[in-house]
Amino acid sequence: MAAAESEMVMSDAGPGLGWRIRETAWRFAFGVAVFVIVSPAITVMLWMLSLSFKNDVDNMAFPPVFVPSPPTLANFEAVFENNNLGQNLINSIIVTGLATLVALVVGVPAGYGIAKAQAHKIAIGILIARITPALSYLIPLYMLFQLIGLTGTVWPIVITHLVITLPIVIYIMIGFFETLPPDLEEAALIDGCTLWQAFRHVAMPLARPGIVVGTVLSIIFSWNNFIFGAVLGGRTTRTLPVAVYNMLTFEQVAWGPLAAAALLVTAPVLILTLFIQKEIVGGLTAGGVKGG
Amino acid sequence: MSSDAAALRDTSYGRRYLPFAYPALGLTAAVIVFPWMFTLFMSVHEWKIGSAREFVGFANFAKLATDPRFIESIGHTLYFTALAVALPVVFGTAAALIFNERFPLRGLLRAVFILPMMATPVAVALVWTMMFHPQLGVLNYLLTAVGLPPALWVYAPSTVIPSLVLVEVWHWTPLVMLIVLGGLTAAPTEPYESARIDGANAWQMFRLITLPLIMPFIVLATVIRTIDALKAFDTIYVITGGGPGTASETINIYLYLQAFSFYNIGYASAVVVVFFVLIIALALVLLWLRQKAKWS
Repeated sequence: MAAAESEMVMSDAGPGLGWRIRETAWRFAFGVAVFVIVSPAITVMLWMLSLSFKNDVDNMAFPPVFVPSPPTLANFEAVFENNNLGQNLINSIIVTGLATLVALVVGVPAGYGIAKAQAHKIAIGILIARITPALSYLIPLYMLFQLIGLTGTVWPIVITHLVITLPIVIYIMIGFFETLPPDLEEAALIDGCTLWQAFRHVAMPLARPGIVVGTVLSIIFSWNNFIFGAVLGGRTTRTLPVAVYNMLTFEQVAWGPLAAAALLVTAPVLILTLFIQKEIVGGLTAGGVKGG
Repeated sequence: MSSDAAALRDTSYGRRYLPFAYPALGLTAAVIVFPWMFTLFMSVHEWKIGSAREFVGFANFAKLATDPRFIESIGHTLYFTALAVALPVVFGTAAALIFNERFPLRGLLRAVFILPMMATPVAVALVWTMMFHPQLGVLNYLLTAVGLPPALWVYAPSTVIPSLVLVEVWHWTPLVMLIVLGGLTAAPTEPYESARIDGANAWQMFRLITLPLIMPFIVLATVIRTIDALKAFDTIYVITGGGPGTASETINIYLYLQAFSFYNIGYASAVVVVFFVLIIALALVLLWLRQKAKWS
């Protein structure tokens, strides 16, 4: 903020004609810059929308048809007819829901404990979990699940998703609890509360915004995960991203249904992002986290 | 005077809170530490799913050193990583400078800008696959529309990695933007005021004040990008699966194929160990550079 305002102030002494021209030119250039950086994101998303609402003929046309006319829902109907998306949706909800729930139950107290004890070594340990490639967990856990006969159920996928959700929740909660003023909890402790009561009834309610951010990010990155479900999911336990990937291998030419499926998987996440973008931006800026 | 005693009291005061972290530590140990140990164990065995396990010592590692496909995959990984770190860091920093200004609709546009990193990678990869199509893809239409020759994108060995980098840049530039924006938001305003009084121009202020202030964040973003680019999997796997041939086979893709297509669990575990060492080494080098930059 400071850089631009100061530039305008410095560029001329008074609000003369030259100043106004420069001001306009600056605004125009800035507008162009905003347009240039935002357009790739919006273009690809719009192209996905366009593909999923066009009929097959228009999708295969060259030069491409940009606006569906008339828009058709045939692609979505085809996706639901030919696939067991309802089952995949339920699997995704179970996996994401359970993995996020467990991460919150153990991760929020852990974030509190680590922040209070200033246990930086533990925090670094969690960062190492973030560094490790997902495949390096997957091979040993795959062998383990085979050994104890859990393959074919949804549990291996839930357990592996903890690798994504737990570090996100802990990391964001550490950041939140570190900024929380300790006065209120200390007052509670002096009044005879136990440490747990001070956490449960004083610190945790105050950290609700942090819990919201942690929950949302945990949900999004667990929902998006592909590789754990791809390796550990069977025919009946596939999550949505895996089901959509399988459509690619079987319907290589049918672009409309493919785009429709892609849109169905990612739409909830995109809508969630737009709705609470301020909180998400805050959480991500603080942590620099990302799942997977 | 008795600062040592105070520090001691503080530590024990803090220690009381550690039990809060025990359940999480237990879970982490189960899903993270156990796999590491087991990977080390597997990496010294000849072990194919369905057949017997045999201890072979470091034979897997010796074999890796002469495995041309593995060595080639290291080259692909480093090529991909170099581009997929440098470009997002440059673009993301520029975007952060823009989003740090005040302008109408900033919140909404910033949300739109971060959509790619929140979108499901498989979905994103599917859309890019269709855009890359040499005959029917929209990218070649755009190229020919502005008078450029069409490209083969992910269908030719020479262009496949740059094309995948394009997807990666689109996907992850927002993360760099957010990290650098965090630095810009936290930057103090006083230096700008005094520089203005001293008559500095906009470029001087950026070069001498803004850049040093956000440098730690740019380095942090570089470290995170490096780790993520080395590990990149979803989009590469969905778009090319390592092809054409093995032209885009990164270490991670090779690892996946060894483990879950060829079921060479022991050999794949050896790849994991080497891969992990490579990631840690690069991350440490970058962190060391960060320390050096701080002190100078």
